[in-house]
Amino acid sequence: MTGANGFSVSGYGPERAGWTRVFARDSLARRLDWPILMSAIALSLIGSLLVYSATRNRTEINQGDPYYFLVRHLMNTGIGMCLMIGTIWLGHRTLRNAVPVLYGLSLMGILAVLTPLGSTVNGAHSWIVVGGGFSLQPSEFVKITIILGMAMLLAARVDAGDKLYPDHRTVLQALGLAAVPMLIVMLMPDLGSVMVMVMIVLGVLLASGASNRWVFGLLGAGAAGGIAVWQLHILDEYQIARFAAFANPSLDPAGVGYNTNQARIAIGSGGLTGAGLFHGSQTTGQFVPEQQTDFVFTVAGEELGFMGAGLIIVLLGVILWRASRIARETTELYGTIVAAGIVAWFAFQSFENIGMTLGIMPVTGLPLPFVSYGGTSMFAVWVALGLLQSIRVQRPMSA
Amino acid sequence: MTNIPETGRTPRVQIRLVVIQILVLSLLGTLGGRLWYLQIREGAEYAKEASGNHVQQVVEPAVRGSILDARGVALADNETRLVVSASRTDLLKQKDDGKAVLAKLAAVLGMSTEEVEQKVRLCDAKTPQPCWNGSPYQPIPITDEATAKQALQIRERAEDFPGITAEPEAVRRYAAPGNANTAQVLGYLSPVTDDEITKAQDSDSPYLRSDQVGRSGLERQYDKELRGKAGVTRYEVDNLGRVIGQAEADAAQPGSNLVTSIDARVQRVAEYELNNAMKIARTQFDKITGENYKADSGAVVVMEAKTGRVVAMASAPAYDPNVWVGGISAKDYKKLTGKNSDYPLLNRAIQGQSAPGSTFKVVSTAAAVEAGYEWDGGYPCTSSYSVGGQVFKNFEGESFGPISLGRALEVSCDTVFYGLADREWKKDGGINPAKGEPKDYFYKAAHQFGLGKETGIDLPNEVTGRVPDRQWKESYWKANKDSWCKYGKKDGSYVEKIAYENCLEGNKMREGDSINYSIGQGDTLVTPIQEAVIYGALANGGTMYTPTIGKAIVSADGKTVQEIKPKVQGKLPVDKATIKGMDAALEGVVTRGTAAWKFGGWPQEEIPLHAKTGTAEVYGKQTTSWLATYSKDYTVVMTIAQAGTGSGASGEAVRHIYNAMYGVADDGKIDKKNALLPTPQTSLPKVQADGTIKAPKVSKDPAKEQRVSQQDAPEPDETQPGATVQQNTSTNRDTRRRRRKRGSRRMCT
Repeated sequence: MTGANGFSVSGYGPERAGWTRVFARDSLARRLDWPILMSAIALSLIGSLLVYSATRNRTEINQGDPYYFLVRHLMNTGIGMCLMIGTIWLGHRTLRNAVPVLYGLSLMGILAVLTPLGSTVNGAHSWIVVGGGFSLQPSEFVKITIILGMAMLLAARVDAGDKLYPDHRTVLQALGLAAVPMLIVMLMPDLGSVMVMVMIVLGVLLASGASNRWVFGLLGAGAAGGIAVWQLHILDEYQIARFAAFANPSLDPAGVGYNTNQARIAIGSGGLTGAGLFHGSQTTGQFVPEQQTDFVFTVAGEELGFMGAGLIIVLLGVILWRASRIARETTELYGTIVAAGIVAWFAFQSFENIGMTLGIMPVTGLPLPFVSYGGTSMFAVWVALGLLQSIRVQRPMSA
Repeated sequence: MTNIPETGRTPRVQIRLVVIQILVLSLLGTLGGRLWYLQIREGAEYAKEASGNHVQQVVEPAVRGSILDARGVALADNETRLVVSASRTDLLKQKDDGKAVLAKLAAVLGMSTEEVEQKVRLCDAKTPQPCWNGSPYQPIPITDEATAKQALQIRERAEDFPGITAEPEAVRRYAAPGNANTAQVLGYLSPVTDDEITKAQDSDSPYLRSDQVGRSGLERQYDKELRGKAGVTRYEVDNLGRVIGQAEADAAQPGSNLVTSIDARVQRVAEYELNNAMKIARTQFDKITGENYKADSGAVVVMEAKTGRVVAMASAPAYDPNVWVGGISAKDYKKLTGKNSDYPLLNRAIQGQSAPGSTFKVVSTAAAVEAGYEWDGGYPCTSSYSVGGQVFKNFEGESFGPISLGRALEVSCDTVFYGLADREWKKDGGINPAKGEPKDYFYKAAHQFGLGKETGIDLPNEVTGRVPDRQWKESYWKANKDSWCKYGKKDGSYVEKIAYENCLEGNKMREGDSINYSIGQGDTLVTPIQEAVIYGALANGGTMYTPTIGKAIVSADGKTVQEIKPKVQGKLPVDKATIKGMDAALEGVVTRGTAAWKFGGWPQEEIPLHAKTGTAEVYGKQTTSWLATYSKDYTVVMTIAQAGTGSGASGEAVRHIYNAMYGVADDGKIDKKNALLPTPQTSLPKVQADGTIKAPKVSKDPAKEQRVSQQDAPEPDETQPGATVQQNTSTNRDTRRRRRKRGSRRMCT
C-alpha cells in the first residue's frame, strides 16, 4: 500500500525545477490522460453556454440575474476540478482505505434526506438544502462509494494473489454493500439513481471476473424485480405515467407526454446546424421543462443542431473510450473495477439522459455528466474523473 | 512498485472489458443514429411544429360595409353596441392576476365579481360554463350591453383598468328604411363554418371563429368586398402565454360599402303593391276551381330599361332579415325553411320560374319575322285552330279575321301564332324531321332572347328557366321514360294518358308541343328577371343588359369608388322596324288591348306605357298572372302564382308603381312633386372620409303616402284598397280556363 507515494516516484536523478519538471517524460502532467481531461473541460464549457441560454430569460428562477446559473455552473466546474486534483493527489488506493469512512458518511447523507432535513424536487425526495441557495444530492456520492466499496471487497483477494476470481462469499458481501444504500435511495424515491446504481453493480461484477452465474443471476433478478415493482404498485403514479408517456408520447401531449413531445420538437427543429446559440425559439419560449438540468441536451439540439449535439456525444464517447482503456491497461484488479464501474455509470447515465430527450428512453431525473447544471452531480463526476486519472498515473508507464 | 503481479489480468476479465467497451460504443452509436433521425431526416417536420408552438394570432375583425340604396339610404348597416372586454394577457401580468381590476370592473358594470371572473376564465374539461372557449389571446367580452356611462367610466380611468377595454362593436342591422324589407335581395349572414376557417387560414383574409359570412343575396355576392380584411397581429409567446416576441401587425381594413341601384322608396312601393295585389286576389273567386284564388307567391322587378339596373325587386312571401342577426333560433329557422313554410328565403324574382303565357308572344313574333313572315301580312285570327282532330281554341272563341303580326300581338290572338308555329313545324319536317338541321326559328329566338340561361344578375343561385327545344325534349325523355312507360295507360286517366303518350314519343317534337309553345305554354319556364331583361330591351331599342343591383363599391373612407358599369349581354334578334311595330302593338295593349281596363286615364301622351299580359296555366293549380310593362326608362314585371289573369291580378299594382315613380294620380294628373323617381338616379351617394354617408331622409312608409297623394279620398283601409279594383272584381274579366280537351291543353291571353 504505497500508493500515496506514487507522486514522488521518479526514475531520474537530480530533481528538476519548474516547467521542465512538469513536462518531464514521466512527470505527473505527462502521465495524465489529457483527452479525458480536455473532453471533460469542453463538455463543462459547452454546458455552461447551454445552461446560460436556457436560464438567461427565466426571471422566476434566476433572481433577475441572467448570469446567475452561468456563474454557478462555472463555479461548480471549478470546484469539481479542484476535487479532481485532490482525488489525484490522494490517489485511488488511499481512498480504498477510506472506504469504511466514506461509506458511513454516504449512508448518513442519504438517511438525512429521508428525515425532515430533506426536500423534494420534481417528485424525488433526494435533496438536502444546505442553505444559501445551495443544496446537495447525497445519492450522487453514493455512486462513488458503491464503486470504491465493491472494488475494494472484490479485488482484495485477487490483487493479493490468492485467487484468480472473487469467490461467492466476496460477491455476496459486495452485493450486500451495494444493496443497503440502493434500498434507501429507492425509498426517496429516486428511481433514476437506482437504475444507474444497478448498472454500476453490473459493470463492477463484470469487470471483477465474478462467475457468469452471478452476472446472469443478477440480470434475471433485475428483470423479476422490475416486473414485481410494476405489479405491486411500488412505483408512484407519476413514475408509471412517465413510462406510459415514453411508450406513447402522443397519448396526452398536454400532460404527461408534454415533456417528451416538446423535447423532441426542440431537438428535431434544430436540423443540421441549429438555430444558433440563444436563438432557439423552443428554448427562449421555455417550452421544455428542466432545461438547464435534465433536459439540457435539448438546448444543444435546438440551438447547435446536429453538429453541436453530435459533438457532445463524441466528447462523451472520448471519455468513455479512454476510461475503458484505463480499465484494461491498469495492472491491478482494484483499478480495473473502479474504472469499469465509472464507465458503466457515465455510459448509462449519458445514454438515459440523452435517450429520454430523444424519446427512446423513459423520462427520469438524471443529469447529463459535466453538461447539466447541478452542483452535487458536477462534483461527483469530477471526483470520478480524478479516480480515473489516479488509476492511470499510478500504473507503470511500461504497462 | 507494488505487490500486484504484472500478469494479474485474466483473459475472462479482459474479454469482459472489451464487451463493456463495445456495449458502451453501441449505446453512443444508438444516440447518434437517433439524433440524426430526428434532426436531419425529420428535421423539417419538427421545425414546422416548433414554429406553430409559439406564434399566436390576434385577429381584429373588420367592420362590415353597408349596403346602400341609390341615394345612400342604408338598407343594411351596422349597429354599434358597447362591448367591454378583458385581455387575459394583460390581466396575468398583474400581481394578483388581475383580480382587483376585475372586482372594480364588476362594481362599475353592476355585476357580481364572481360572474365577471367566470367570464374570463378559460374553458377546459373541468370548468363548467360560463367560461371563455375562444383564444386566450383574444380580448374576452364581458358584456355587450354596456351603457355609454359605464364605457366612459372605464375609458377615462384607463390606468385603473389595465387590460380592460370598452369599445363600440358593430352588429349587423337591416334597417328597412321606409318599411322597405328587401329581405331576399339583401340576403343574410350566418356564422362561419369550420371548413371555411380551415380553407381561409392561409389566405390574406382569415376568418375569426366569431365571423359571419354572407349566405345569400347581396351579402353573399359581395361578401368579399363587404367583409373587408381582418387585422392580424402575430405575437411570439412562451409556454405560459407571455408575449416575448415583437408583434407583426396588419391593421384591419373595414369593408367597403356597396351602393346599389335599389331605391328604398320604390322598393317599398313595389313590396306594398305586390302584397296588396296578392291580398286582393285572394278575395276573388276563381270560376274554374270553384274557390278563391290562392295567390301564394309573387314577385315584381322594377328595372332601368337603358342600363339593366334594378330599382326594386320584391318577392313574396317575405320575412324579416333581422332574425338572422346574432344567430337564428331553431324555431325561426324551421319557419323559414321547414316543409310547412312557404319558403320565404327564395327570391322569386330570380329563383321562381313558371310558364310565361302570352308575355312570350313577343318572342314568337320576332321568330315569325325571322322566319320570313311579313309584318303586315294578313294572318287569320280564327276562333279556333284544328290540327288532326285536335282543336286549339282562341280566347273565348274570339276572331278578328286576317290581321297583321302587330295586331295579333296587341289582341293576343293565339290562333295566329298557332298557325305560324304549325307551319314552321311542318316545314322542319314534322314529327320526324329530315336529316339536316331543322330551322326551329321559334326555339332559336327564345335562346336569342336570353331564355333558358341565367341573366347573370349579381345575385347568387339564379335559376335558368327552360326552353323546351328538341335537345331538352330528348334529354328529359331519357331521364323520365322509364317511369312514364311504367305509369302510362292508353285508356287511363288524363295523367296516365299523357304519360303513355310521352312514353311513346316524348323525345320528339310533336305538333301540339310546337303549337302550345308558340303562346308561352307547355314546358317553357321563365323567371321574372328574364322577362324584365326582354321587355327592357324592347324599351331601349333592342339591347339586352345584364341586370345588376350593385352600382358601385365605395371604400369605407369614400376615397376609392369602383363603379359597376352596365353590361350589354346581347341584342334582340329583331330589326328596327320590327321593334317599332312591337312597340306600337304593346302600347296598344295599354290603350285598347288586354291591359286597357286597368290603365284607364293614364297620361299616355306624357308617359307612354307599353304592356303585355299573360295568364299561364299550371297543371293542378290556378293560373299564373304575368304583367310585363315598360315606359321610356323603366320596365316593370310582376307575376303572381295562382292569382288569375295578368291584368286582373297585377294591373292595379303595376299601375300604382308607375303612379308613384312618375307622380301620377289615379285620375291621370301628374304632380312632379309626388314623383319618386321620374328619371333614373345617375349620381352616386357621397361617402365622407369619416365613413358617414349623406343620405336623404326616407319617410315612414312611402307606399302609403303615395296612395294618399294619388287619391283625393282618405287613405284606404289596407284590406279594402283601391276603389278601381272594387269596380272590376266582379268579373276579373279575362280569366278563362276550360277543361282541356285533348290537344287544347294550353292557352293564354
